Amino acid sequence: MLDATDKAIINGLQGGFPIAERPYAAAAEQFGLGEQELMDRLARLKEQEVISRFGPMYNADRMGGAFCLCAMAVPEEHFEEVVDKINAHREVAHNYARTHTLNVWFVLASDRPGRIDEIVNEIEEETGLRVHAFPKLEEFFIGLKVDVK
Amino acid sequence: MTAELDHIDRKIIVETQAGLPLVARPYEAIAERLGLTGGDVMARLRRMVEAGIVRRIGVVPNHYALGLSANGMSVWDVDDARARDLGRALGALDFVSHCYLRPRRPPVWPYNLFAMVHGASREEVEEKRAVIAGLLGTAVRAHDILYSTRILKKTGLRIAA
Repeated sequence: MLDATDKAIINGLQGGFPIAERPYAAAAEQFGLGEQELMDRLARLKEQEVISRFGPMYNADRMGGAFCLCAMAVPEEHFEEVVDKINAHREVAHNYARTHTLNVWFVLASDRPGRIDEIVNEIEEETGLRVHAFPKLEEFFIGLKVDVK
Repeated sequence: MTAELDHIDRKIIVETQAGLPLVARPYEAIAERLGLTGGDVMARLRRMVEAGIVRRIGVVPNHYALGLSANGMSVWDVDDARARDLGRALGALDFVSHCYLRPRRPPVWPYNLFAMVHGASREEVEEKRAVIAGLLGTAVRAHDILYSTRILKKTGLRIAA
């Protein structure tokens, strides 16, 4: 179970973690915590998978690479096998099963230009299935809007 | 827009992309592993924040574990001439976490506007989807919503050392 302080950390620490010699001590103040207590709570929240990561979020676009959303129609009888082949690629940043004929949606992230097309081709060869790539033409907003009540 | 990264920046990215160490002096801990000083690591990270290479530093909440489990990808086929204006309007909604214009893939995929909608239940997501439909009005030719049923992977960006 999450207590009020856990929720305050999740809501309040989605960005702006300090770059300072003792950043946990600096960040802990706003939650009325000590340095060690904040580190312990973050370790527990990670352990409980309430947060999937804690640290810098890198932007592949700005590294000269790219993100690309991709989708596939994967037959149920081969689902796990195909998903394992997809996920084996380091560049698959996340992958979700979704309710549609296109039932597997993943994001490729690479810092190297041209690598996205290569991986799309590799996955098609390895699985024998079509990969539909949906590169973004424009991004309207990426918010920090998760608010745990 | 891109920014130049040297091999030391790349080492710092590789060292931190899975997360920051949970120790009192995390930047110093990273520096020690790389043969740098804490000051070097902090200066380089600050520069990467300014250049937008680091989007932010903080926690990444797991929507499923938090009970915000009805993450629906709403997708819309809207008139290309109006798509950018409408995309901006959707991106401004507080329940839309991501909004993108993407290419259609006919015949399998007729939609060009993607808006990720989060809610505690499908019912709530459907209510929000109705708000979007109202906002888009007659610009919509077709639409759908895809619910995620399972996380198959969630590691984030990983670059090679």
